[in-house]
Amino acid sequence: MRIHLTSVFVDDQAQAERFYTEVLGFVKKHDVPVGEKDRWLTVVSPDEPDGTELLLEPAGHPAARAYRDALVADGIPLAQFAVEDVTAEYERLRGLGVRFTQDPVELGPVTTAVLDDTCGNLIQIATTPQ
Amino acid sequence: MADDLFKALADPTRRTILDELTEKSGQTLFEICSRLSMKHRLGISRQAVSQHLAVLEGAGLVETRREGRYKFHDLNTAPLRRIAERWPVPDPSGTEESTS
Repeated sequence: MRIHLTSVFVDDQAQAERFYTEVLGFVKKHDVPVGEKDRWLTVVSPDEPDGTELLLEPAGHPAARAYRDALVADGIPLAQFAVEDVTAEYERLRGLGVRFTQDPVELGPVTTAVLDDTCGNLIQIATTPQ
Repeated sequence: MADDLFKALADPTRRTILDELTEKSGQTLFEICSRLSMKHRLGISRQAVSQHLAVLEGAGLVETRREGRYKFHDLNTAPLRRIAERWPVPDPSGTEESTS
């Protein structure tokens, strides 16, 4: 068994596509229309084009909003991405206007920061020593 | 009011929370939990951290602030002044009378 795909609920798929590709730097892998206006929209890391896909899934279910609002209020990230240098990435993303709810903090062996993906979620970025 | 303050300070976990907020004021519940579990190796649930924060807030040492969809916790050390006023620390120079 392997983890082929994971997902985040997003308020708006067009906005999510823009943020996850242009701002975070992922690349689009699949974009297939589903139903009336939804898309099967996935992105991957440019470093691992055949790696795990992230599905940007429409947050249409009524329970999704309450769930995500509660997590965001407490600052809890929905997903974590690995970066080579959290502080450098933090500076780069801040330069692009990204809002962080947690600035880089050294937590024992890992350094983490938490950002708002503008689509209703918080995302953690982390650097773990190799 | 003073009882709330002393009770809040009596617990080591709550003092650690104050230490972390001294390092950086304005933290989400998630950041406080992360610092306690990963920096301080405290095995403590999110609910327990929330309760500690409520005690600190009751004593006026922590204030919560909503900013859009997020909630941040800020440090407020003003209540500690009441302790120093009640039991004043002697002037370190000790020569208050001879100097003018």
